[in-house]
Amino acid sequence: MSDQIVTGEHIDLIDSEHLQRVVKEPLDPGEALTRRFFLAAGGAAGLLYTAALAYPIYRYLASPEEMALNGPAITEVTLKDAQKLVAGSVVMFKFGTAPAMLIHHQDGRWIALTAVCTHLGCTVQYEPQADRIHCACHGGVYNAYTGANVSGPPPKPLKLFKVAVSETGVVVSRS
Amino acid sequence: MTTETIAAPKTAAAKIYDWVDERLGLSELAAFARHKTVPVHSQSFWYYWGGISLFLFLVQCFTGVLLLVYYRPGVEAFESVRQITFVMHFGWLIRSAHAWSANLMIFAILVHMFSVYFMKAYRKPRELGWLSGMALLGIASVFGFSGYLLPMDELSYFATKVGLEIPAAIPSIGPAIANMLRGGPEVSEFTVQRFFALHVVVLPALFLPLLGFHLWLVQRHGNAVPPSEEAKPTTERKNMPFMPNFLRKDLAMWLISLNVLALLASVFPWALGKQFDLNSTTPVPAPAGIHPEWYFMSPFEMLKLLGNVLPGESGEIAGILLFSLGIALWVLIPFYDIKKESGQRARAAHYFGLLAVFALLATTVIGYWTIR
Repeated sequence: MSDQIVTGEHIDLIDSEHLQRVVKEPLDPGEALTRRFFLAAGGAAGLLYTAALAYPIYRYLASPEEMALNGPAITEVTLKDAQKLVAGSVVMFKFGTAPAMLIHHQDGRWIALTAVCTHLGCTVQYEPQADRIHCACHGGVYNAYTGANVSGPPPKPLKLFKVAVSETGVVVSRS
Repeated sequence: MTTETIAAPKTAAAKIYDWVDERLGLSELAAFARHKTVPVHSQSFWYYWGGISLFLFLVQCFTGVLLLVYYRPGVEAFESVRQITFVMHFGWLIRSAHAWSANLMIFAILVHMFSVYFMKAYRKPRELGWLSGMALLGIASVFGFSGYLLPMDELSYFATKVGLEIPAAIPSIGPAIANMLRGGPEVSEFTVQRFFALHVVVLPALFLPLLGFHLWLVQRHGNAVPPSEEAKPTTERKNMPFMPNFLRKDLAMWLISLNVLALLASVFPWALGKQFDLNSTTPVPAPAGIHPEWYFMSPFEMLKLLGNVLPGESGEIAGILLFSLGIALWVLIPFYDIKKESGQRARAAHYFGLLAVFALLATTVIGYWTIR
């Protein structure tokens, strides 16, 4: 019998001799509470309850991630006194939370780009003697003027920023 | 001619069960659970409270680990708790649940202890259950005391400062003990860090095996019945199977406890007081109306009352001695009240229990009444 009709009380007190189960007259069929329905309803209630507990715990543990995503998106960074940077050298800085670099090239150009390798996320470096950007992790090479990925595993170029040089510093902003 | 009986092919679940059972003996456990019964009588309600204490302890472990994700002991203690309470999503709820559950757990443990006492469930062969239970209560109190300091707000600071005066009052070795606990002559960031180590590592390491022992003893000896029930012949006593009947009710009680906790934690969220500035050069006075949590209010008030009768150091020592004597008598009751039949000792133990309940309740209430 797949659906057992449980409408009455059952005594779960078991004396030393025998089990007693008292089933009263069932209600009319339309109102009968089937065991299957009861279990399904109970299961659904349990699931809702568990979800109600799990939701705050998830949000709690995900707080730093959410804060980083919703935090003020940095659109520009001012590097004080960076205009003094000698030609043919680089300064590493943070754009928001991500590493970035500002290169003052020999020909006078100022190039700023992200320093996160597009291969697996290592922080890249500028090599002045080779005038190139190199990733030490797996040997990726980028063009130090355009950010283009020229050799090695990186699949995408580095992103360029807008650079504005003034007498007091250099303003790097999203392009 | 031979006939072979071909058994129905086993399901994957059954095969996995068999594999584990051959190695771990699960079927023995299942058989034990199937045969385990729980006595049914007018006082059966009290059987739930040990389980409720266990459940609330599990809640503490869970919420404690969650708090551990963002808590920073030491100089940043208050700031990290402030972040948990006001910055992290639902951090206030996790912290509130942890604080409320601590109080509810101590309450459940006390109900459990008193019901065991008055049912005389400490008698042979359950003496070790009583002793381990008292040790667990002691550790739970230290859990409460150490945890209370961790937010490093003004209330935490002064509660710890005052609380540590008690061991400090022990003659000759007292100050050394207190200094070791405090990590110096004053409550400082060293105190927070060592209380943190206590609360998160040392006390759990002590509590868990002892709890395991305590629970194993309950399985081994079964539930005790009160003397009135014991007087009945075995044929007249009622039992219910543990599986699924009592287990179902036990879990229902856990669910009710969880609901009560959820309501209290969300409707009455735990507050965070002002930061106690450890670097302040001007001494900070104790805030008005300072008092310990309710479970420490009784010894606090007893010491105060004794201090009125015997002022000064002698009063403190008398208070500690009296309290220690009371605890010692309480702990040793299984070795005093030994006879199965109701006799002089049984009655004396009963009255001692009533006296203890009355004294604890009265001093707790007086303590709250006299808060300035």
